[in-house]
Amino acid sequence: MATRTVAPLTIRVRLFARYAELLGRDDLTLPAEGLNTAGDVLARIRSLPGGWEIGEYTLMAINLRQASLDAPVAPGDEVALLPPLAGG
Amino acid sequence: MGFLTRSPIQVEELVKLVTAPDRGGVSTFLGLVRDHHQGRAVTGLSYSAYEPMAEATCREIVAEAESRWPVRVALQHRLGDLAIGDVAVAIAVAGNHRDEAFAACRHVIEELKRRVPIWKREAYADGTEAWVDPQQGVGSREWGSGSMESDAKGTAR
Repeated sequence: MATRTVAPLTIRVRLFARYAELLGRDDLTLPAEGLNTAGDVLARIRSLPGGWEIGEYTLMAINLRQASLDAPVAPGDEVALLPPLAGG
Repeated sequence: MGFLTRSPIQVEELVKLVTAPDRGGVSTFLGLVRDHHQGRAVTGLSYSAYEPMAEATCREIVAEAESRWPVRVALQHRLGDLAIGDVAVAIAVAGNHRDEAFAACRHVIEELKRRVPIWKREAYADGTEAWVDPQQGVGSREWGSGSMESDAKGTAR
């Protein structure tokens, strides 16, 4: 029987540094339903235990590029919550 | 050569990557691990990154500098545990003359600090640790000494 590739109906969320410690994890997969923007993803993460300490205007990235909170997200995207950058 | 490395940065190797017979001006910038931060004695630190995004953003910043000035740019940032005095970031820029080399070098370090997803956790002489937030000073109640330090310059958002 032939199999076909089905696009995942999920969004992968990456957390780093302090945010990963607040949530106790650095990688989550969320059902994409109801998540239309980066801001929706942030709100969902902030509703999880430990998530409320993450700021409402957190820096975010979609598929490795910085994105504003109103940027659209789609199933299969990788969305990241970026604590204040401290390189250099 | 990747932009991120867990091994000590070889500054001379970066310089070799950008020099050429027609490039007479080479500018380098080194960022070293300091032994203090906002009045607290630092004993060491650890850098982590969103690695694929950090690599992509560094590539973008280098390409921008090389298109804006007639220069070649090499850049590396350390990850992992570093000691006081270790080179955390190194930039080498070569151009025909010094003006473009200095300008591009300055641009690259400023953009790196502004855009590359890298985080720094400092360890202090009193045994505590904290994630560094350059805009707000040392924060993080969980890891700090128990009090939020305010920005000494009063420039917090």
